[in-house]
Order: sequence, then C-alpha cells, then structure tokens
Amino acid sequence: MNAKRTDFLATVIIDLIVAAVVGILIFLLAYILISGLPHVTWNFLTGTTDAFSGAGGIGVQLFNSFYLLVLTMLISIPISLGAGIYLAEYAKDNWRTSLIRSAIEVLSSLPSVVVGLFGFLLFVVKFKIGFSVISGAIALTFFNLPLLTRNIEESLSAVSRNQREAGLSLGLSKWKTEIGIILPVALPGIVTGIVLSAGRVFGEAAALIYTAGQSAPVTNFADWNPMDAASPLNPFRPAETLAVHIWKVNTEGLATNAAQLSAAASAVLIIAVLLFNLGARLLGNFLYRRVTASK
Amino acid sequence: MEQTNFQLKQQKTQSNDWSARLHHATRATREDWLGKSISYLCIGVIILVVASMLWFITSKGIATFTQNHVSLGKFLTGTNWAPDQGKIGALPMIVGSFAVTFAAAIVATPFAVGTAIFMTEISPNKGRKLLQPVIELLVGIPSVVYGFIGLAVVVPFMRSIVGGSGFGIISATFVLFVMVLPTITSMTVDSLRAVPRHFKEASLALGATRWQTVSRVILRSATPGILTAVIFGMARAFGEALAVQMVIGNAAIMPKNLISPASTLTSQLTTGIGDTIDGTLPNNALWSLALILLLMSLFFNALVRVIAKRGQLKHER
Repeated sequence: MNAKRTDFLATVIIDLIVAAVVGILIFLLAYILISGLPHVTWNFLTGTTDAFSGAGGIGVQLFNSFYLLVLTMLISIPISLGAGIYLAEYAKDNWRTSLIRSAIEVLSSLPSVVVGLFGFLLFVVKFKIGFSVISGAIALTFFNLPLLTRNIEESLSAVSRNQREAGLSLGLSKWKTEIGIILPVALPGIVTGIVLSAGRVFGEAAALIYTAGQSAPVTNFADWNPMDAASPLNPFRPAETLAVHIWKVNTEGLATNAAQLSAAASAVLIIAVLLFNLGARLLGNFLYRRVTASK
Repeated sequence: MEQTNFQLKQQKTQSNDWSARLHHATRATREDWLGKSISYLCIGVIILVVASMLWFITSKGIATFTQNHVSLGKFLTGTNWAPDQGKIGALPMIVGSFAVTFAAAIVATPFAVGTAIFMTEISPNKGRKLLQPVIELLVGIPSVVYGFIGLAVVVPFMRSIVGGSGFGIISATFVLFVMVLPTITSMTVDSLRAVPRHFKEASLALGATRWQTVSRVILRSATPGILTAVIFGMARAFGEALAVQMVIGNAAIMPKNLISPASTLTSQLTTGIGDTIDGTLPNNALWSLALILLLMSLFFNALVRVIAKRGQLKHER
C-alpha cells in the first residue's frame, strides 16, 4: 500500500513539473507575442533607427541579420561539408581522429562570447578590418562549424553501408560515391540541421557585439554594388543585427520606450526563429519524401 | 563522335603497353585524391581555428601575469576589481559565475529529470507530441530574448518581493534555469532511453511499482548520462553572456547575498572589453577573465569524458 501511495505521489509531482515546464514556455511565448506584436508595424519593420537613442524602426537590423546569416552559411556549409565527409568517410579509428573529434567538441562547447572575443582580437585588433559584416560572419562561422560538421557527419554515417558498397563495387571512387550516392540520401538530415543552425545563428548576439559591431549605419537600399561604402551589401561596414539591437536597446539605449521596442523586436526575432524551426521540419520531411520515394 | 573515336584510338595505343596502364593512376584514383585533399583541407581549417583560438586567448590571457607582473594568486583571490587603478582581483566575478551556474543547475535538474521521466516512462506518446516541441522551442529562443524577459519580468518581480533593485544572482538564476532546462532535459531523455529494456521489465516483473522501477533501476543505471547532462547544462550556464549580463546588475563586488547586484566573468567581459585599450592592464585583465572561461569550458569537457569512461566501465562489468 505504501509503495503504491509513493508511486501515486511521485506521478503527481512529475505531472506538476511537466505542467510547470509547459507553462513556462507558454508564458514566454505569450508574453513576447502579446506585448510585442501590437507594436510591430510596417514602419517598425522597415524604418531606420535613431543612432543616439536607439529608438525607431529595425529595417537595417533586420536586413543585417539576414545578410550575416547568408554570408555565414556560404562560408560554413562548404567547410563543414568537407569536414563531415572526412569524419564519416576518410577518418580512421586512431588517436589522430579522436584528437580531431575532441578539437571539434572543444570548439562547440566554447562560450559564444569567447568565440566573439577571438573574432574581435583577430579581425578588429590584429587585421584592423574593424567592426564589419565579414568579421561577424566569420565569427559566426566559428560558432557554427562544429555543430554543422557533427550534424553532417551523423547524417552521412546514418546512410546504410550497402549504398556505399554498391557505389564502390561499380568502380566509383570513394569521393564520387560519397558525393553522388551518399550525400543525396543524407540530404534531408543535413538540410534540417542547416536550417536549425540558421535559427541559432539568427538569434546569436554575444559573438557579434565585438565583431559585427553595435551600430547600424543607414544604408542606401538602392545601391547594390558591394564595393560602395553606402551599399547594404558592402561586407566592410558595421552591421548591428536584430539580436544585438535588442541587447543594446536594453542595456545602453536611451529610448524612452525601450521595453516596447525590445518587445516588438523580440517578437520579430522569435517569429523568425519559429519559422526556421518549422521550416526545418517541413523541408526535411519534403526532401525525405522526394529522395526516398516513400509516401 | 569524334571524341569517342579519339578515345578509342588512345585506348588502343595504350593497351599496347599494359604495364604503363596498370601503373598509371585511373580517373577514380585521381578523383579520390582530389576529394581526400578537399576534405582534409576542410578539417584542417577547423583544427587551425581551434588551435589559434586556444593560442591567442591563452597568450592574451597570461599577459596580465607576464607583462604586468600581477601575481596569479592575487588575481584569483583578490576581491577588489578596479583595473583603472591597477587593482585586479577577479574573485567577485569567479564567485558570481560559479554561484549562478550551480544555482541554475540545482534548480533545473529536478525539473529536467522529472520532465524526462514523464517523456520516457509515464507518457511517451505525449512526450513525443507535446514535450519534444516544447523542449525544441525553449532551445530555439535566443538568449537576448531570455535576457529581455528577465529584465522585463523577473527583475521587477524580484524587486517587488524582496525589495532592492531586483538585479542580482537570484534573477540570473531564474533566467539561466529556463535556459539550461532544455539542454539537461533532452540529454537526460537520451540517457533514460538508453537504459536496457530488460532492466525495466525485470523490475516490473518482480512487482515493483513504476516509481520504484524508475527511482531504483532506471535512474540508477542512467546516472552517468544524467550527470553528463547536468554538466553540459552547467557549461552552458557558465558561458552564457548576454542574458546574465542583462539581469545581474554588473557590480564587480563580492556578492554578499543573492539579491544584490553582482557580476560574472561573461558579464564583465561584455561590458568591459569595448571600453579598454588594447595592451593596457585593464584590457589584459579582461583577457585573463576570458582565459578562465576558456579553461573552465575545457574542464567541463574533460569532466564529461571522465564520467563517460566511468559509466562505460560500470556497464561492461
């Protein structure tokens, strides 16, 4: 009888814990959306920020976030693809491989602020590039590489051995087998991983404060020549992203409506991240159906 | 057409010399060589990044001791942080970082383990359909948003309950608790799922209740995994910068209680590094803080390895 009562009690407590966890998430989302969404207007999404107080729209920041995301992905996907193929296909089971794996582990567990400081030291202090889109994108790449590499390696290794052997027995090289046979099969998993990491990159701020900078100079959106100083595509201009903007408005901003501004910006950020999560799932499922021909 | 003829001709001439053909690299070999070089290059880039990161931050971090001749003992135990006046005692930040980390882990672990038990043992169906997305969403929320909610909700709440400014270790703990919760939960779920099925079945067959099975069999055999999960959570809490910086108050003084403004290594770094000049003592001192962060991250990594090894030994026996 006693054991049963304990069992009942434990179950009730666990149910309460779960309710609390779900409640926390609901509260977080509801709070951001309810306090933020009413202030998200077209003007807010496209307007420019007052450089002094930090008040005003988030148009430039929103663009910067996406631009940095695209650049980061352009740099990090090829590198992590190569590294993932190395680990899944070429790496032998020896001390060198385990050293490489630990190095990747170390990189993935480093706090993002440390990664950001390294980027700051390397690009802003040593190479004197200054706070710029490119510094930020490379810092984000450092931050993104280990996770993406691990994801790609796992997706590649999960493909059945038979496929590999079939490719090799046809006389294809290992590389051709990997690129032509294994990669397409592993693609759904890889794409899901990429989109999820895009969500993480999109919301990252600590690695960007001292690399991409905390100012968003007003750019001329009619000028798409990457070499022009005023062009939004110029990789050497400072670029405050949406996440950094939220941080800045809250800590250093002088805007009188800071809470309102950051609630609205947070709402935009959260919706973007949710879309990334949802997109990862849908895209992964879609590609899986396409590649495997299953319904 | 012409090309194939040409190739045929070439093959004919080649076939006269079998030994030359056999010793020549085929297209597949060359392709493999190229592919191998590409993938070696990529992994090389990552290794280079890690190595230079460790090297740069270490060499910057030890400059305080080698160039400015601050003694390591004084740096680690000094309680006075005023780099402008040459006083760099880092203990307030070290204590702050460890305090928020342990507090967040202590609060989050019961919640995480409870949720994980629910997801694996009590209602796997609801766990997959309801809680898995909840955990993923909690992971997905950016840290600045956590910081903002901490600033907008937790800080005023603490202010109204205990008075004072509301900034401090307890507010940071609240924010970090929610941030590490999904990390610990999802890893605990993995380790609970890894417990062999027959353990559970044997226990239930002996007439044990579900809770007896969970608490005495499943949790016991998943302990190394749960510990690893908690350490990962602590590593995340220790390294979290912006969310903590927004709610802790950033006063570089020894924390006397949980409700007065304090600071952590990360919060001091984010606020300070932009205001100091490269190469000066205040700047070097900040890099030393970054070095502590780096070393702690390596330490957490090593700890996870040790636990994993121990856990393996136990299972093998």
